Amino acid sequence: MSSVIKVSHLSKCFGDLVAVDDLSFSVNKGDVYGFLGQNGAGKSTTIRMMLTLIEPSEGDIEIFGMKLHSHRKEILKKTGAVIERPDLYKYLTAYENISLFAKMSGLSISGKKLMEQLDQVGLADRAHSKVKTYSLGMKQRLGIAVALVNDPQLIILDEPTNGLDPQGIADVRNLVLHLSKNQGRTVFVSSHLLSEVELVANRMLIIDHGKKMVEGNVLELFSTAEMVVELQTSDADKTLTSLSGSVWEKYFNGRQRDTLLFKMDKKDIPDFNRFLVGKGEGVLLIRPVHSLEDYFLSLTSNNRHVEAFTN
Amino acid sequence: MWKLLQIELFKIFKRPRTYISFGAIAAMILIIQLGLKFDGKSYLQLLMSGISDSFYVPYEMILNGYLVAFVILNTLLIQVPLLIALVAGDVVAGEANMGTLRLLVTKPISRAELMLAKFFASVLYTVLLLIWMAILALFLSMLFFGTNDMLIVRNDVMEQIGRNDVLWRYIAAFGYASVALSTVAALAFLLSVFAENSIGPIVATISIVVVLTILSEMKIPLYDNTVKPYLFTSHMLAWKGFFYSKANSNGQAISGSVENLPAILRSLGILLTYMAGFVTAAVVVFRKKDILS
Repeated sequence: MSSVIKVSHLSKCFGDLVAVDDLSFSVNKGDVYGFLGQNGAGKSTTIRMMLTLIEPSEGDIEIFGMKLHSHRKEILKKTGAVIERPDLYKYLTAYENISLFAKMSGLSISGKKLMEQLDQVGLADRAHSKVKTYSLGMKQRLGIAVALVNDPQLIILDEPTNGLDPQGIADVRNLVLHLSKNQGRTVFVSSHLLSEVELVANRMLIIDHGKKMVEGNVLELFSTAEMVVELQTSDADKTLTSLSGSVWEKYFNGRQRDTLLFKMDKKDIPDFNRFLVGKGEGVLLIRPVHSLEDYFLSLTSNNRHVEAFTN
Repeated sequence: MWKLLQIELFKIFKRPRTYISFGAIAAMILIIQLGLKFDGKSYLQLLMSGISDSFYVPYEMILNGYLVAFVILNTLLIQVPLLIALVAGDVVAGEANMGTLRLLVTKPISRAELMLAKFFASVLYTVLLLIWMAILALFLSMLFFGTNDMLIVRNDVMEQIGRNDVLWRYIAAFGYASVALSTVAALAFLLSVFAENSIGPIVATISIVVVLTILSEMKIPLYDNTVKPYLFTSHMLAWKGFFYSKANSNGQAISGSVENLPAILRSLGILLTYMAGFVTAAVVVFRKKDILS
């Protein structure tokens, strides 16, 4: 599998602050690569270095097999990005914005093609409205349309769902999956929300305080993690009595009103379900939740704050 | 580069604030023209109070379009730098503030190209502002007040320029003013690189121009040879030199002559040097700048 992005020993210091510390990772062609970390972990700084907005203090970045510092233009021609907020020219229309950035990418795209690009993100009917009249979700979609205008092989999205409503989040998620699965593009997506990344990414990297915590295949990371399983039955007290003395008792992890929480391996869930049904429990719901969230928190230093908050 | 320049101009002229300067200039010029149309004689009497006792002054002949344009330029070319700073100070800092700068820098163009396109767009804006000013101050005044010989009062001496010898002097003066004001644009542009909000560079540019202009105008001998010749503001009003002719043995102005062309060219060179220095510094700083906005 060829690497689209190869980052080696990347560091960035702002005075005494080490924002990114000896970070190395690689992204393969066709990956949806999740880049995870708490706010302030160094995600945006890393992305800005990958897009030449910030000069690295140390380390190398190779994209499409070329050194970024010496092949900047060639690399950026094949890259599209949305960096944090979808900031565009508010006093221009969506059409004027996308047309302007197409020209800046050295492209001569017909009006029809530009309208198709806007249609792809559901903005064709508002193409000639000024961006200042747009909602955040519409701006985000326009930002993505601008990022795609040069038909990039690599798309870098920095916190693309920040501030969006559930529908907006779902739209972005579907678009990422469409770009990857149907169009074969490589997508590098950063987020501080693990639940978001696990739905779209096939590989991921978690960083904390600028350092790499873990990198790998999402399914593998997922399977090694102990899951929190949510259980709702018709009578929670009776279920707890049924569990008493059984092999499943040791997995019990707590109770939130009528919901019982267990920590167990994903592969054990069917057996657990059979046990409950065998005991005559009316199982209303059984599902793994926040699995990677726990995994994520166990890796990062803010864990203790979350525990304190929960208690 | 031409494509980038077109994009920058498109952005500048799509912003409503761009037209504030054009509106302000139109308003100021029309106010001056109206004042002179209805009470120009009183103004000239005041202006020529030093010599009107000794000479007969034909006020009706003097108050023509050329003189009105000269009065307007004298008044406005001190204020226009403030209007230039409004756009040039916003050209980079405004983009940082809007968040669009990071998008621009991720496009496959060099930072130096981007900066030069932005600077040349600011210069074109300045030139267009001056053309607008020329249309209103010169051509509209010629239409309202007619044309005649132009009288200039300098150090209580009255100089007369033939009506056929005036227009080229205005063209030269406006050309010079374009360079002078582009130097201000270059300063605002440089300061804009350091900021992430356009208010800072706009106010800083205006402050620098005001302070240096005061310094340039102060009659303190200590500063005359040590400081003033090196301030760009000392050279911004050298356009007036185009209206000072050489005189023949009878004391009459020689048509087509300029009294001290080398001094004007030297001032022009100093302004161009400043401009090149400001722009080079802006490009160098921006190429190394981390875009954190």
